[in-house]
Amino acid sequence: MSALHVKLLRDLVRLWPQALAIAFVLAAGAATLILGIGAYQSLSETRAAYYERNRFADVFADLTRAPRIVEDEIARIPGVSSVETRIAKIALLDLPAVAEPASAMFVSIPELHEQKLNLLYMRSGRLPLPGDENEVVVSEPFAKANHFSIGSTFEAILNGRKRTLRIAGTALSPEFIYSLGPYGLIPDDRRYGIVWMREKALAAAYDLTGAFSSVTVKLTRGASEAEAIERLDGILARYGGLGAHGRRDQTSHAFLDAELQQLKAMSRILPPVFLLVAAFLVNMTLSRLILLEREQIGLLKALGYSGLAVGWHYLEFALAIACVGTAIGIGAGTWLGFGMTKLYATFYHFPFLVFRTDPAIYVIAAGVTLAAAAAGAVRAVRDVVALPPAVAMSPPAPAVYRRLLPEAFYAFIAIPQSLVMVTRHLMRWPIRTVSSILGIALAVSVLVGSLWAFGSTEFMIDVTYNRAERQNATISFVRERSMPAFYDALSLPGVLTAEPYRSVPVRIHHGPVERRIAISGKPANADLSRVLGAELKPVRMPETGIALSDALAKILKAQVGDMVEVEILERDRRRAVLPVTGIIEGYLGLNAYMSLPALNRLMREGAVISGVNLLYDTARQGDLFKRLKATPVANFIALQRTTLQNFRDTLQENLLVMITVYVSLGVIIAFGVVYNFARISLSEQGRELASLRVLGFHKSEVSAILLSELAVLTIAAQPLGWAIGHLFAWAMVQGFNSELYRVPLVVERSVYAWASLIVFAAALVSALIVRRRIDRLDLIEVLKTRE
Amino acid sequence: MSQPVFRTRDLTKVYVTGAIEVHALRGVDFEADAGEFVVLLGPSGSGKSTFLNIIGGLDRATSGEAWFTDHELSRFNDRELTLYRRDHVGFVFQFYNLVPSLTARENVALVTEIARNPMRPEEALAIVGLQDRMDHFPAQLSGGEQQRVAIARAIAKRPQVLLCDEPTGALDSKTGVLVLEALTQVNEQLGATTLIITHNVAIQDIAHRVVHFGNGRIVSSNIVAERKPASAISW
Ligand SMILES: Nc1ncnc2c1ncn2[C@@H]1O[C@H](COP(=O)(O)OP(=O)(O)OP(=O)(O)O)[C@@H](O)[C@H]1O
Ligand SMILES: [Mg+2]
Repeated sequence: MSALHVKLLRDLVRLWPQALAIAFVLAAGAATLILGIGAYQSLSETRAAYYERNRFADVFADLTRAPRIVEDEIARIPGVSSVETRIAKIALLDLPAVAEPASAMFVSIPELHEQKLNLLYMRSGRLPLPGDENEVVVSEPFAKANHFSIGSTFEAILNGRKRTLRIAGTALSPEFIYSLGPYGLIPDDRRYGIVWMREKALAAAYDLTGAFSSVTVKLTRGASEAEAIERLDGILARYGGLGAHGRRDQTSHAFLDAELQQLKAMSRILPPVFLLVAAFLVNMTLSRLILLEREQIGLLKALGYSGLAVGWHYLEFALAIACVGTAIGIGAGTWLGFGMTKLYATFYHFPFLVFRTDPAIYVIAAGVTLAAAAAGAVRAVRDVVALPPAVAMSPPAPAVYRRLLPEAFYAFIAIPQSLVMVTRHLMRWPIRTVSSILGIALAVSVLVGSLWAFGSTEFMIDVTYNRAERQNATISFVRERSMPAFYDALSLPGVLTAEPYRSVPVRIHHGPVERRIAISGKPANADLSRVLGAELKPVRMPETGIALSDALAKILKAQVGDMVEVEILERDRRRAVLPVTGIIEGYLGLNAYMSLPALNRLMREGAVISGVNLLYDTARQGDLFKRLKATPVANFIALQRTTLQNFRDTLQENLLVMITVYVSLGVIIAFGVVYNFARISLSEQGRELASLRVLGFHKSEVSAILLSELAVLTIAAQPLGWAIGHLFAWAMVQGFNSELYRVPLVVERSVYAWASLIVFAAALVSALIVRRRIDRLDLIEVLKTRE
Repeated sequence: MSQPVFRTRDLTKVYVTGAIEVHALRGVDFEADAGEFVVLLGPSGSGKSTFLNIIGGLDRATSGEAWFTDHELSRFNDRELTLYRRDHVGFVFQFYNLVPSLTARENVALVTEIARNPMRPEEALAIVGLQDRMDHFPAQLSGGEQQRVAIARAIAKRPQVLLCDEPTGALDSKTGVLVLEALTQVNEQLGATTLIITHNVAIQDIAHRVVHFGNGRIVSSNIVAERKPASAISW
């Protein structure tokens, strides 16, 4: 090993706490990069592999009823590689152990031949025997949540008739990775599952023998999806087609997409923050080291080392730290990434996991980490290269201090000299001071930029469930019914009030943009399920025209007064042009609203409803549920409070993990910046501080000087940190928003307070560590030596 | 006669570094009266600084007693030693030890802010003849001027004792004399007991008494018969 390398090693050992603090910040950068990109890649690869192996379809369509021969016609659509027709129906379940009414999506599997698309991934047991009327395969999460095993039985109301079904096997399907029931916020595996039955049995139950009600299509590579959808719609129009759609409108696929998009957004914001802070720290530390080693640098040059060789020596110092950081970061990132992907996999019920360890990620992570360290080092190293040996050997010109205020000022106000020392020292190195403030601010901002999401979610819940959807149950009928059904619902046990609603699937067009949505018809004076206007205040439903949710209006680029075209996907599939008469606020999905009478007029029907929203007395919910479980008219019953509880429980489960991760990240930055600043400051002022001790200053008074420097930095950083954090939150909102949901940008005051508190705590701990060094300052040593 | 300001009995100091023991002081018996001006001489390594640091409350003896008036310094804890330095001792060192970010006046104010009965910083600086350079930073002052600021800082608290470790060590003869003049003047005006360590034999003429150190002991202590003013000496 060369002498310079020995020196490098000794320097690293001597400055290890500072070097390690910087390495940790770099590691956090590398880790969040690997974690973000790694989890994103793993998840999307896993999904892609699952889709591929189990032949997930490309186009989906539901319809009322079509004879089996139509399948051949569909198969002849150009670009279609395989077609599978089937029966798919949502039906109520009566589960022995679940008090609330539950539902399932019933999907048929071919009677004799193998499935062609959306192949089941059997997890236990076997498929129902052909010809068996009561055997079913259920989705594995549903079976687990209900503690079902092979041979367990449960009851279902299929087409108004109660049936007892027996579980022959459990399975997963690429079609229901995220199995969200109607009106769901998050999958509730206890109350909603997928049930596969042999075609003959399900057809018999729904009087669909020789017919189908759902079709899925796989396209050849390169085929136009839009064209296939159009052709398919053309064929199915005669059979009550509800509009074909691609994967984008397939619930499970769309939710996974939204999740992937969130992951991507996160991995774009966090790593750069860490790398930037690390670059500051490298610069700060190296500049100080070089100042202390001026004479050595001069000596080395005098001995004949070239400027570049000496410069390289210091660059190596930065790169060595970066290597340690990269190693820690790669280790932590891989471990966390694996953990996170596994977490996702269990949450989404993937049957297998492709954990992508694309070497490119590691190369990129190592590359940017080294680059950040080198960027931080570059200015200091340039100074080394440029320093002429003769100048280097003589002591540096003394630091020039300036007064901040005119002389007269000092005479008037008695500022303690120790405070004067603090301010002058901070002003003496403005770049370092400012970059430290920025560094601490970034620690605050990482916390603000992550912790806001919890309050924001609460806000979204409050708006959705306390201001808009105030019902605690929604009964969804198997098919449209007339008003007496509403009065029946009103007279159910425990029901306090009820409101009818109608839901009509349409394709809405404005200009070149179209979306597949449902128009909700509500009574004009709706008080349970309300619509919110500007400032989230409930507004009266416009009597005519259509009101669009804000998100939909933005996508369609439609404003109040514009005309939009709706293509009704039911019955006669008419097209109608409607004026936009309102914009409705809300966070979930793309929605359109009409007054119930107006919607029925549009449909050219009388008073017809799709379901009822209820407010019931929870004290009597036992009786109500008992009745609902057996009602033949409904196929799904949403329980808003249960959904919410379920959502909160899931959130709670992840909360601790997420908060731990973010707080650690914030603490790493805060600690790294404050500790490095304190050590450098101590190295500059150690002599003065020791002199003060000699003059009779107490330990506490001396450390107060250094600690107040840190306090000034930390306090100054707070407002900046809040502002940057708010910006991060804003950027994340942009990244999170999808057509499925939007996240309101609500940053509560407590978020700022917590972020500051955590950063203060981290700063305090690093300050106390440095304080121990101040307490141990050698008083006599400084008297013997010249600076 | 009044009791001595300093009194040490059999003072020893042993530095232990690894397996090596260095006996810096091997039993020093010393007394100094109020207002006395004492010069400490002796070869390098003879224990002068160690002695000064112990009676100045910067360091602790290994054994023996060191009394300041009727307080025994070895019984003081850290906090009490700090208070002792703060209230009673003025230090002047070879390398000035000024705070570079504070002006001359502010360096003095640093001490007057925490002292019990200080003079005004301007007053202290006037005593050492620096009334015109009060608002200069140390980097803008010569070595002698910096040392005089250090003296002003040491005397501003009206200390009972003034301890100087080679105060002229880094200065030329002319500047050194200025500093010594300031010290003798302070000794007379304030009546502070003054101990000065030096390698400069010429300086002994301005003292009341000269104490010679050798090998960790006091080898001689002589009253100066014919005391000279600082302006009369040179080297
Ligand atoms: N911290 C220490 N550790 C070990 N030995 C020490 C330490 N400080 C001083 N010594 C030793 O104690 C002895 C006395 O030192 P001291 O500094 O008191 O001498 P001095 O008389 O002031 O010398 P000089 O005139 O060179 O300043 C010396 O041998 C020195 O090496
Ligand atoms: Mg000495």
